[in-house]
Amino acid sequence: MWQPSDSFEIPLDVWVETVIKGWLVPNFRDLFQAVQVPITTVLEGLDLALQAIPMPLFTLALVLVAWAVASRGLALFTLVALAVVDLIGVWPQTMTTLAMILTAVLFCAIVGVPLGIAAARRDGFEKGLRPVLDIMQTIPPFVYLVPIVMLFGVGMTPGIIATIIFALPPIIRLTNLGIRSVPEDLIEAAYAFGSSPRQVLWEVQLPLALRTIMAGLNQTLMLALSMAVIAALIGAGGLGLIVYTGLGRLDVGAATEGGLGIVLLAMILDRITQALGSESTTKSPGLLETLKAFFRIRAPANPPGSGGQSVS
Amino acid sequence: MTEKIVVKNLSKVFGDDPDQALEMIRKGKTKDEVLAETGQTIGVQSVNFSVEEGEVFVVMGLSGSGKSTLVRMLNRLIEASEGEIRFDGQDMRGADAATLRKLRLEKIAMVFQHFALFPHKSVLENVEYGLKVARVPAAERRERALEALRKVGLAAWADRRPATLSGGMQQRVGLARGLAVDPEILLMDEPFSALDPLIRRDMQNELLELQRELRKTIVFITHDLDEALTLGDRIAIMKEGRFVQVGTAEEIVGNPADDYVAAFTQDVDRARVFDVASVMEPPEALELAETDAGAVRARLDELGRDALHLLRDGALAGLVTRRSLAQAAGGGGGPLEGAMVPEMPRARPGDVLRQVYDACSAGLPVAVCDEEERFVGVVTPEAVFELLAEDKNAPEEEDAPDGEEKAAEAAPALSA
Repeated sequence: MWQPSDSFEIPLDVWVETVIKGWLVPNFRDLFQAVQVPITTVLEGLDLALQAIPMPLFTLALVLVAWAVASRGLALFTLVALAVVDLIGVWPQTMTTLAMILTAVLFCAIVGVPLGIAAARRDGFEKGLRPVLDIMQTIPPFVYLVPIVMLFGVGMTPGIIATIIFALPPIIRLTNLGIRSVPEDLIEAAYAFGSSPRQVLWEVQLPLALRTIMAGLNQTLMLALSMAVIAALIGAGGLGLIVYTGLGRLDVGAATEGGLGIVLLAMILDRITQALGSESTTKSPGLLETLKAFFRIRAPANPPGSGGQSVS
Repeated sequence: MTEKIVVKNLSKVFGDDPDQALEMIRKGKTKDEVLAETGQTIGVQSVNFSVEEGEVFVVMGLSGSGKSTLVRMLNRLIEASEGEIRFDGQDMRGADAATLRKLRLEKIAMVFQHFALFPHKSVLENVEYGLKVARVPAAERRERALEALRKVGLAAWADRRPATLSGGMQQRVGLARGLAVDPEILLMDEPFSALDPLIRRDMQNELLELQRELRKTIVFITHDLDEALTLGDRIAIMKEGRFVQVGTAEEIVGNPADDYVAAFTQDVDRARVFDVASVMEPPEALELAETDAGAVRARLDELGRDALHLLRDGALAGLVTRRSLAQAAGGGGGPLEGAMVPEMPRARPGDVLRQVYDACSAGLPVAVCDEEERFVGVVTPEAVFELLAEDKNAPEEEDAPDGEEKAAEAAPALSA
């Protein structure tokens, strides 16, 4: 039976090729190169630092962070998990993966939070942004690996760029959601006392949306980790590369080691960021406080004078 | 007294084409017709009023009457569709963003129905908020915020989070936040509606007390007529976006403009609204030295009353009643001194009728004396009960003869 493609076929592949190869690549090469610079810088710096820290020291630090923000249980788990990672011999790759993930998440936050704020402030912008986010979340990452390679080449940085594209939507969506769900009467009160829009954002909206934004950050982190293997296809290193190489050589042992490393890293990071997000439900600390909580180790006991009312 | 706030012909239309809706209203269409034809809602319709400095102006209406919209138009949280708002003669609607911000920072503060305290800030930080956005130095704003907290009696709670406070305390924080910036005008949008009745009464009294000291110009929104009558120097009754009546508590209750207001006011405790002055009759008394029991009795018959005040050298000395006369002298023309009861109910012209209830129940006339203890009038139980029993007819009985006649008619029935 006749079907349309028998008589005519849309040369979509030719069009795309023409646009990317014929127009984007030659005309915007400098731009695409420039975009890579900050990412490469941050990545290399982080990787260098993480590789330089001795394993026991790093483990100790992460265990203490886990203890401070979450529980003793998580601290114990972190200790065991990191020890296993080291014992199966994938420590350097784990650190590389961690550097990649952190870089990707950092840039996701830098790009995503302002976009989320803009979306929360302008309905029109949100309307335009939503389909873009839907596309970003539904397109299989393999589809955009090819254009990324065309535009950025192969290597670590293009891998991270792919990761950023894949992991960006949740933080935008949840920043938007968080700011939109700040009660209207608080916004009204802030304006009634003469706040400028900027003051409303910093004094009221962002602090109150922080918990939701943290949930978005957690989601972004998890998505970034899930890209670790895929990014290895275009030359990213770390644990993903072990899995990918294992796959190519049907080396099931090596692939398992890499996979186990990714799973353990994911669990540790997930629990720690979740604890950071949920902690603020009970104490609702300010923006700065929570940011500090990332770096600071606090006594897990009740602060003096709180009367011991908090339920542990 | 100067007019602090002047509002002229203020309207608000919620919809795409306010001008069209306003034009239809001007041509005499009703709110419902406009809604049916254009899909636009008239929030507030041609409201006019002015508030004097230091006055508490209460806008009272049921939900949906447009009162919250009205108060938000004053500080432009909602932009008006038409009309004029002036504070101290300064045009509010035409103010640019910077001027508007300055006005909100310095001149107008607001207290909200559901407190609208920032949950992530401490009580002190909440109270400081207006000063912080005005970039007042930290030390000074802390001092001023603590002072405001002291005014509402919450200085000890400065470091708590609002969520740990009770509703009444939270609204005190809301009030302190408004007072901290030392505004000239305080907009209060149903501030006590979310509180339970006992706390509400406390807060009303506290507000009245603060107001005696601070003399702010207050626009107070409420759906509770009792609250309006308690707090308002003047009250506007709002219905479907319009002012139905503006007046003092006595005018509203005593002289409702239409059935709507009358229906509202019929359950009002009139004894709390009307003061002694509104039922007072001219002082009627005899000088003790110049009279005797016979003359008193004659005067009582003439007035149709059962009791009469006596003066000694112009000052109020006591009360004689028919009964005390009879007991003292066995009916003869004996000494008046013995028949006189020095203890007698007294009141000030500004007291509300509730305060003279007991005396009236005992059937005794109440002597009204001004601040300098001058005897300025008499309140008879008959006049009080007549006013309280009255439903709609004009209760103002300023003209004395008429009042006396009525009292005279009522008296025999009561004494029988």
